Formats: sequence, structure tokens, C-alpha cells
Amino acid sequence: MRTEESLTEYKYRLDTALENPFLRTAMDNFAVAYRASRETAFSGMDVDAMIQEVARIKAAAIKNNEALLAEFIKKAKKTGVHVHLADTAEDANRIIGEIARNTGSKRIVKSKSMTAEEIHLNKWLENLGLEVTETDLGEWIVQLRHEGPSHMVMPAIHLSRFQVADLFTQVTGKDQAAEIERLVKVARKQLREKYVRADMGITGANYAVAATGTLGIVTNEGNARLVSTLPRVHVALVGIDKLLPTLHSALSINRVLPKNATGQAITSYVTWITGPSECKTVTDNKREMHIVFLDNGRKKIAQDPVFAQVLQCVRCGACANVCPVYRMVGGHQMGYVYIGAIGLITTYFFHGREHARNLVQNCTNCGACKAVCAGGIDLPKLIKEIHARIQDEDGHPLKSLLLGKVLKNRKLFHTLLRTAKLAQKPVTGGTPFLRHLPMIFSKEHNFRVLPAITEIPFRDRFEKLSQPIKTPSHKIALFSGCVQDFVYPEQLEAAMKLFARTNVRVSFPMGQSCCGLPALMMGEKSAARDVALQNLAAFENEDVDYIVTLCASCGSHLKNSLPSLVQDYAPDKAAVFAKKIIPFSQFMNQVVGVKPIAGKGRKTAFHSPCHLCRGLGVRKDPKEMINTSGNRYVETREEETCCGFGGSFSVNFPAVSNEILTKKLEDVQTSGADLLVTECPGCVMQLRGGALKQNRDITVIHLSELF
Amino acid sequence: MKANTQMFIEKASLVSARVHRVKDMASALSFSIDLCRSKLPCEPQMAVEQISGSGGKEISLSRERVRIIAAPNLDENDFARLAQGCGKTKDILSIRENLRDYPGGIDMGVTLMDFGIAETGTLVLNSDSEDTRLSTMLCEIHVAILETSKIRETVLSMADELNEMIKQPSSYTAFITGASRTADIERVLALGVHGPLELVILLVEA
Ligand code: SF4
Ligand code: SF4
Repeated sequence: MRTEESLTEYKYRLDTALENPFLRTAMDNFAVAYRASRETAFSGMDVDAMIQEVARIKAAAIKNNEALLAEFIKKAKKTGVHVHLADTAEDANRIIGEIARNTGSKRIVKSKSMTAEEIHLNKWLENLGLEVTETDLGEWIVQLRHEGPSHMVMPAIHLSRFQVADLFTQVTGKDQAAEIERLVKVARKQLREKYVRADMGITGANYAVAATGTLGIVTNEGNARLVSTLPRVHVALVGIDKLLPTLHSALSINRVLPKNATGQAITSYVTWITGPSECKTVTDNKREMHIVFLDNGRKKIAQDPVFAQVLQCVRCGACANVCPVYRMVGGHQMGYVYIGAIGLITTYFFHGREHARNLVQNCTNCGACKAVCAGGIDLPKLIKEIHARIQDEDGHPLKSLLLGKVLKNRKLFHTLLRTAKLAQKPVTGGTPFLRHLPMIFSKEHNFRVLPAITEIPFRDRFEKLSQPIKTPSHKIALFSGCVQDFVYPEQLEAAMKLFARTNVRVSFPMGQSCCGLPALMMGEKSAARDVALQNLAAFENEDVDYIVTLCASCGSHLKNSLPSLVQDYAPDKAAVFAKKIIPFSQFMNQVVGVKPIAGKGRKTAFHSPCHLCRGLGVRKDPKEMINTSGNRYVETREEETCCGFGGSFSVNFPAVSNEILTKKLEDVQTSGADLLVTECPGCVMQLRGGALKQNRDITVIHLSELF
Repeated sequence: MKANTQMFIEKASLVSARVHRVKDMASALSFSIDLCRSKLPCEPQMAVEQISGSGGKEISLSRERVRIIAAPNLDENDFARLAQGCGKTKDILSIRENLRDYPGGIDMGVTLMDFGIAETGTLVLNSDSEDTRLSTMLCEIHVAILETSKIRETVLSMADELNEMIKQPSSYTAFITGASRTADIERVLALGVHGPLELVILLVEA
């Protein structure tokens, strides 16, 4: 348990983690291996449909939570189980402490339960003088080390066999070799005795089936079976979000959970317990069984229209497995008790905003978690919602407040950008890159070379570039986004040429502003809404079939997030607007159908922007466009992994961003490509700046510049 | 049905269960006895003196030579047959109750399974009885006997049968797929962290 830490202290922890070579290698291997085993586990199945089914079952159960709880209690009581309701973490701890006292239990064995971690149960029981032993191997290891789990499914993933061997040497007082098979046997022996001597066993539960009052517990080691069999008292701690109507619904979820968690078709053991089971050491041969249902804020979450879906989580841990930030810094840095994307969200609810404040900013908004979530939760969106909430409660930091204020006023914003262009003169030394960073950036931001603000923004160039087209093949409006407008107008210029060649009539509404994503990334939701409304107004009267953008982040934000931002203000306009949004590659490839041209035939790698592949579901169009341009697309390892930009993320967490970037650039170099193409100016900024800074021979351009 | 059996064998083998086909219960039992005889005597997980109850002393005296087979859920006849097979040379002790008294370890648990699930190679066992439960947890080798007619294709297709099992007032139903496993140290797979080190499935044609 940590007390509140400052952002600086948090960053220090991140830096330390980044410098841990074992952690880095372990996490890298894991990230790659996980993806492969998940794919195998689901092969031949309609994974999206299965996940939708889980989401549907969970969402319905959350809605119906109160009734399910009542039914479960009725059924469970009939079987002789004592059921307790705990409103808070402290209530739950106290109830379990009292059960221990009333039953004269001194020694307790536990199987893994994130819910018990959530309420810091061990600490409470130990303070009462009770001996508590975790029996899940990973949990036991971290317990002995006096730390928390670093992954929800694999709690000790941050440790090497050598660290475990040292630990077991200490515990057993005998030299233990760093051989995994043997270490596992040491645990087997040490823990066997604990089971036999224990008075009380504590488990969690993955499913609570209301129809029959049954608990379902999923494990690989089989420890929950021993914990619920040998001791004479069994206490199960269960979050009320685990309630489900029927066994069938639990079985449906269980078809997804293990596959998504570890790539196993099913775990070694799934145990279904209804009522107190036979226990031969007590007089009437029946174990004393207690179920403690924990609320701890869940009821409130269930009633929240935005956050209710948080309770669809089945604790598979996948959102950590695929997260680029988790991969760099590990679970202790990417969560408080709950880890990964879901941890960024639930920490606020279960442990308070003081523990969530720094964490919630440590997200590139890459969407990888959302793409694999077993519960179908829109995690990146909720992370931003929490960020905004914390700022509303805490007061907005000056930096983000200013940004919000400035963005809301387009004219002011653009004037500032134009003025900044003058201010940067001395530091760019007349080249298009900021060679030395202005004072506002500290030294650590020096990991990539930042571009300069252009002399003439695209909006001032548009008129000249625009050519009258009498019989257009298509009518489009262009949404530029700030970066292309003010930093990389050449990307839009290149696109304008292609539009002209293919008879596409282009308009550029001057009232358009920032898309609003940067505001959202900094927790400025109301500013994001204001600019959204401005943009709607700017495009409202355009007689066009499509709104084309060359910025994947703008595109995904405008299509996916804008409608919900303005749903209380202009839902219909937003729907029309969002429907017209289309990324450049898709428009050119599918709508216009550009004919292949003769090109230089360069080997071209593609960095798939997060907001293009996951955000907009566009994967093949840019690659086909590379070939259309007369070059040759070559595959890169982990093409869809984030580049580490994430807008303000890279400003807040430069060290992490740099590590993600470096990995990306290494993969590109390994592919042997001559050229790296992407379809988002943010990614261009990150990748080009990193390549320059690291002196790598990689040329980075936008897809439009191939033509 | 043949297809289910085939799929079951394939999927169970994937999680390192050893699957054998035997012609009847008698051969399943003699297979088990032979296997038990050929294994190294079980590695004691606890100092024997710590064990309360009657079994402790017995084991401590004969630990060196005697192996233990626990088979609590076999019916009277089958257990008698097993006991007879074990008793011949007196080197295997067969037990069917108070397994709790042998926490240091049991060489082999032999249990008759209720169902098999082909899609995942899973065994389903009504473990309401404490001894049945322990026979699948405390042993080094778990021999699971399954009649092929009890194999279902998918878990969802047998939800009703499972529901019948779990709706009993004191029910403990186990899905078992492969041996007890962990990947908690460096994600390296290791078997037998708490329960059986090995799972052997004997399919009886029925
Ligand atoms: S959006 Fe990306 S960076 Fe953020 S939590 Fe999800 S996976 Fe991690
Ligand atoms: S949020 Fe989704 S991916 Fe993360 S643990 Fe929960 S169910 Fe799994």
C-alpha cells in the first residue's frame, strides 16, 4: 500500500522500472507471446460475437443486480450458507475478522482474489494476529516479498527465477536452486502443510449463479479446491458484480475468460460450489460456509450511465497484456491494486482519486485494450472520463485549463500558433526542426526532434491550391486538424494534387478548428465539447458527400467520440457529420479507386496508427495505396503497436514514450524498408523526430506524400 | 459419438493428459494398479508425525515400501476388485475413506468421472464427498475413468445436466482439464503445483 505520491515521484518510479532489464525483457516476450496464444485459442471462432455475448450477459446482470442478489441470498440461505453484505471495504474486513474470531480460526489459507486485494484483507487479518497464507504460487511469492501483485492473473510476472530462488532460500533456510520445476515443488511442500493446519479458507469467486446460489471459481493450480476443502470454515469474498442469473450465462463467459486471459481453452480447474460441502472434521460433517458480498461503490457505478460498463469486467487481465505502457513499466507502475486499463479506471472508484490522479494520465489512448477486452468495455474512453472527473473535482491544472480556454476560442488559438511561429525563429535556426527546445520543455523532452510551426499554414494556402472542377467525381470537405494545418501543410498539399488529378472537388471550411481530442486527452471535456460544436457548425452547410481527413486521430475522434460528446446538444447534426468522416486512404482506395501509378518501387514499411486500425477499423487501404503509388509494401513486426505519441501523453511521460518509440523504430529497421509511411501527422511527428534524434536512417512520410 | 471421443482425446492430450482406451472397468483397474506399481513411491509432502488420525502411523512404518491408491467413489464391487489386485503382493495399500489422514501424499487417486466435455478435453466430477474431492487433489497421479457414452460435445450443450448437479443443496462439482499447473515463475509451465503431477484418463468403451 502506498500513500499519495506526487507526479514527480510517480515518474521516478516509472524511470526505475524502465531501467530494469529483466522486467523489460519479460514484458516484451509476454506481449508478443500473449497475442499469439490468444489468437490460437480463438482460432476458428467468432471472437467478436463471443465477446458481445459476454458484454450482453454482464450488462443485463448489472441492470438486474439487486434482484439477482436477493435471489442468490434466498437460495444460498436454504442450503445453510451464511450470507453477509458489506457496503464498504472496511465492513468486509470486519465481517471476515469476526467470522475468524467466532469460529476460533487462527490459521487462514487463501486462494487468489483480486477482491481481497482490493480491500487489503490480509493486512486487516494480520493486524488481528491471524496467520494468513496465500496459496496461489504467484500470490504467495509476492506476499512473502511484502508487495502487491503486478498482474491480475500472473501476480509475480515481474520477478525472475533467481529472485524467487533467493526468496525460497530465505523461507526454507535451505539453498534453493533457480530451477523452476524445483521451485514449484518447494512451494508444493511448504503450502501443503499450511492447508492441513488451516482452520479457515478464503476464496474469491468468478461467478455467483443466482438461480442455484452457486459460486464458480476458476483456477489453474487447484489451490482454491484445497482451500475450500481442508479447512473447517470457508469464506468466499465476492463482489456483487459477479452475480449472474444462470449457470448457462456463467458457462458462456467461461468460454471467453481463460482464452482471453492466458490463451488456454479452459483453466485446469473450474469449481462449482453450492452450499456447505462435506467436511469430516466437524460434528455434523458440514463445513461452516460464509459468503461476503462486497459493494464498495459498485452499486453506485451500476447506476452511472457512463461507468456502469466498468462492471462488465471479468478480470481476465488482457487489457494489461496488450497495453504498450504496461509493457514498458510493468504492473506496479500501471495500476494501484487493479492493473492495466481497468486499473486506471477502478482505482478512482475503489481507492480514491489520490491514487488515480497520476495513473489515469499514463495512457497513450491507443485503444489496444478496448480491442481485446473480454467484457467489451470502451476502456480508453472511460480512462479519459475519469481524468476529466478528477480534474473537475480537483480543480483543473493551469496548463490544461489554459489549453481548454485557448482551444475554445479558435481565433485566439490560431493567432497564438501564428505568433509562436515568430517566437521559435531563434531556436529553429532557420531549419524546419526545433533544434533546441524552448524553455517550457524540460531536458527529458529532448528524446525526439520536434518540428517547427510552418511559415504559412494550410488554411492560408488553400485558395491557391484549390482548382475549379466542373464535373467532379466526388464532392468532399477537408478536415485538416491542427498539426497538418500549422506544422505539416505539405501533407495536405500532396493530397490536394491527388484530389485534383482524380477530379475530386474539395472545400475547406475556414471555421474548422482543432478536433478536440487534445482537450479530451488533458481531461478538458467541456472544451472538447465546445470545439466539437464549432466544427459541426463549420461543416453544416457544406454540400459534400464525404469529410476526408489525413489525420487518423482526428478521424477517429470525430467519428467515434464527437457524437457522444454533443449528444445533449446536437445529436442529429453529429450523426450526419460523423457518418461523412472518412480517412484519406479509405477514400482514395475504395471510393475514388485510384489507378496504380509508376513509382520508385521502394520497400515501404507502414506504421498503422492506433486510431486508424483500431479506431476506424481501416487496415488494408493504406497498404494497398502504398502499392498503388508504385512502391512496395513490406510487413513490419508489431505494425499495429502504438508509436508512443498519444499527444499530451508523450509530453507528460517522455521517458515511457521514448521507450515505446525506440522499440517501434527498431522493428522498422529490422524490416529492411527504405521508407516508413504512416497516416497520421502525430505519428509522423513522433517517428520522424525519434529517427532524427537517434540518428537512424529512416525516412518518415505521410501516405499522401507518396503521390 | 465417435467424433466426440476423438475430439475429447485430442483436446485432453493438448493439456498433457495421457489418454488410454481400455475395454472395460476390470482392465481400467488393473491398468491403474500396474501404473501405480511402476511409479516411484510418493514424495512425502509433510513430516508424518504431524498427521493426526489413524493413517499416519501406518504410513510412517511402511513408507519405504507401500504405495497408496485412493478410490473413494468406486462402487463396492469395483473397489473390492481393486483392493484384491493391490492386496496380492501387499505393496499397495488401497483406501476409500478418511483421505484427510494422508495429507503427506497419496500415490494415486482413481476416480470414476461423471462426464467428459469434448471441446476442451474436460472431465466433470461430482465431488460432494470430501474423500472423492481429496482423491483428485492429494495424489501424485490422478487416474480418471470415463465411459465414452458420457462424453458431450460442448459445455453449453450439457448445461441442463450440469444444472442438475449444481442445484443440489450441498454440491461440489469439479471441471478438471489436465493436471494442476502454474506458469507463475517466468511464465514457464510447470505441472503439479498443488494437485496431481499427472493426469491419466482411461476411456472405457460404453
Ligand atoms: S488505450 Fe492503450 S495505453 Fe491506454 S490503457 Fe489502453 S492499451 Fe494502455
Ligand atoms: S477490463 Fe476487459 S480486458 Fe481488462 S481485465 Fe476486465 S474484462 Fe479483461
